[in-house]
Amino acid sequence: MYRYDEFDQQAVDERVAQFRGQVGRRLKGELTEDQFKPLRLMNGLYLQLHAYMLRVAIPYGTLSPRQMHMLAHIARKYDKGYGHFTTRQNIQYNWPRLVDTPDILADLATVEMHGIQTSGNCIRNVTSDPFAGVAAGEVEDPRPWCEIIRQWSTFHPEFSYLPRKFKIAVTGSEHDRAAIKLHDIGIRVVRNAEGETGFEFWVGGGMGRTPIIAKKIKDFVPKADLLDYATACLRVYNELGRRDNIYKARIKILVHEMGLEKYSALVDAEFARSRGTVKLPDAEIARIQAYFAPPAYEALPATSTGFEAHKFEDKGFRAFVRTNVHAHKVPGYAIVSVSLKAPGIAPGDASADQMDAVADIAERYSLDELRVTHEQNLVLPNVKLDDLYTVWQQLSAAGLASANIGLISDIICCPGLDYCDLANARSISIADELQQRFADLERQYAIGNLKIKMSGCINACGHHHVGHIGILGVDKHGKEFYQLQLGGSGAEDASIGQVTGTGFPPERIVGAVETVIGTYLSLRHGDAETFLDCYRRVGLAPFKAALYEAR
Amino acid sequence: MKLVKNASLIADGRKASVVENDWTLVDDDAELPEGKAVVVSLARFRAERDKLVGRNAPLGLRLKSNEAPASVADDLDRIALVALEFPIFRDGRGYSHAVQLRQRFGFDGEVRAVGDVLWDQIPHMIRCGIDSFEVGDDFPLAAFDEAATVFTRHYQPDTTGRPTINELRHG
Ligand code: HEM
Ligand code: SF4
Repeated sequence: MYRYDEFDQQAVDERVAQFRGQVGRRLKGELTEDQFKPLRLMNGLYLQLHAYMLRVAIPYGTLSPRQMHMLAHIARKYDKGYGHFTTRQNIQYNWPRLVDTPDILADLATVEMHGIQTSGNCIRNVTSDPFAGVAAGEVEDPRPWCEIIRQWSTFHPEFSYLPRKFKIAVTGSEHDRAAIKLHDIGIRVVRNAEGETGFEFWVGGGMGRTPIIAKKIKDFVPKADLLDYATACLRVYNELGRRDNIYKARIKILVHEMGLEKYSALVDAEFARSRGTVKLPDAEIARIQAYFAPPAYEALPATSTGFEAHKFEDKGFRAFVRTNVHAHKVPGYAIVSVSLKAPGIAPGDASADQMDAVADIAERYSLDELRVTHEQNLVLPNVKLDDLYTVWQQLSAAGLASANIGLISDIICCPGLDYCDLANARSISIADELQQRFADLERQYAIGNLKIKMSGCINACGHHHVGHIGILGVDKHGKEFYQLQLGGSGAEDASIGQVTGTGFPPERIVGAVETVIGTYLSLRHGDAETFLDCYRRVGLAPFKAALYEAR
Repeated sequence: MKLVKNASLIADGRKASVVENDWTLVDDDAELPEGKAVVVSLARFRAERDKLVGRNAPLGLRLKSNEAPASVADDLDRIALVALEFPIFRDGRGYSHAVQLRQRFGFDGEVRAVGDVLWDQIPHMIRCGIDSFEVGDDFPLAAFDEAATVFTRHYQPDTTGRPTINELRHG
């Protein structure tokens, strides 16, 4: 993992001091709320329905047990004992007091964390593959590049008042677990014929009210040009992106309206002029990569008899392994997903005790590392097969062993009307009902891989556009309604879901999902055909018929 | 309104100071004052370019946030001051325009921020090459003191020429 040097620490400490001054001026009335807003947003502080909300960055989703303990401490000391892991590798606290926020940020700074640029019209927290560095078949660990981007984008003088927020995601794998095609800039680490590392650049993806899949703008940007090319992309956007209408201000609209070719030509011209300005010395790349060198793995056999025996004897453990344990690139190790989708708990929520528990487990059994995913779960990236059973038992004791990763009850869901002042409808309660309706594990297995994603309004914080089944809360004459979308995907085969038709009232939306599932089960070509594959084969029509014609 | 100059703020650690504004902003339909340094809009500059550059007094140009300096690139060596308008602090085009003036066109005249100039935006403005600020009479000069000290180091190269963190790391 990356560790701050004196410069990184100084920057974060100075930011805390600056924010303390800003909060002080706000409390004294020297700053209006309108003037304070962009400043607090750039430190992750939102004003929500009931209170302030603080968003803390977990850059590219990697954190140490020590950092997780601090997140628990903050939940306990300044909040109501829990936090919410979001779809952007951040954690949100729902109840901090404004006067406490400088202290919270100061506490975070002691473990090299912050809320910098987790909101506002700036370059946001860079996100990545939660399996980075441990997935088999990866070109290269993307996190050193994420850290390089994190530093370059921090307090960027030119790009802090962009037309709109700007999100960058980086992956090093063919299989996209970072949804790069739904980001303002998506980057895939690639290798060219000469064996050199470089970057495939995608631009103009995003969700919100106009979901658009990113377009490929460059096949190969050499390492040394990474930041100059990104600068050129941003400079053109900062100058030409629309500022007349907040809903048309994202780069996706600029690229869409102008056309990729024209945008790309402007970027190339700017790049040609400014290339070499942002120096990225090889020594700096090497310095950062050294922090991400693989940990000291033991030489282990590829199988473990203890592990096999436990799987044979214990049904619960077997179920956990089936969904939550994934192949690791090193023999004898596994990647363990920790589901934050237990029944009755808002997706992505974890209590302070759970954070402490998972931090302890990571310290003892996962080589001191944890990850958070954009699907609102946690990951223990380095668990020995021999330790899996113990880890499972300890997770179970902490209420963290839900065996449902990738299944229908592993729902992504935004806070919705329970917290958010932009919401049209509740989302947490619908997620809860869905989990209850599909609680039976055998039934979940029968349905197979299925991603339900739900947002309480068109802003799409819950990624509903790219859910295999997407649910969107809308307001119809002052009443909550839910629209269904089918066939979306946020992975390498990215697609935007199609709306089925008229929405459903709260008491019928879960039934509608059940109808969709029933239709899929009756249409699929054998058990191996996933919902998404089946949908892509048969299209919307049979689902539409089942949903609306029977009425 | 007062004018705060800041040119040497980074270079020798001096604090910003309030200075006399030697420039007259001339409306598009007003007479040009004889022998005085004037600032005109881009529209007027376009309409009366030859007359303006032929005057025997310094010439300044005021650009709206949607008017890129590239549109006057060929005339920048005849211009002594570019005033960049920030109609609202959220409109960040002026930052890119200031960077372009300094880096792309090598403009070494005065770059002035006018409009919605606020305390917390000043550090970024300085780093993008803006060296004077038109602010309200009650605008606290403490903002400029803070701008000089708030961040000791920075990651990105900027127009101040101070070494970046990477340069400090690797000599
Ligand atoms: C109360 C808190 C929140 C507010 C006010 C809020 C506001 C917004 C708004 C206005 C947008 C649309 C931006 C645009 O299209 O330009 C948006 C998008 C988004 N937000 Fe939130 N959000 C909140 C909480 C969350 C949470 C909890 C998550 C994660 C679970 C999240 C993740 C996202 C994502 C992934 C997008 C889509 C990005 C895209 O359009 O490409 N937000 N949010
Ligand atoms: S999708 Fe809408 S309701 Fe949900 S968190 Fe985002 S802004 Fe709020």
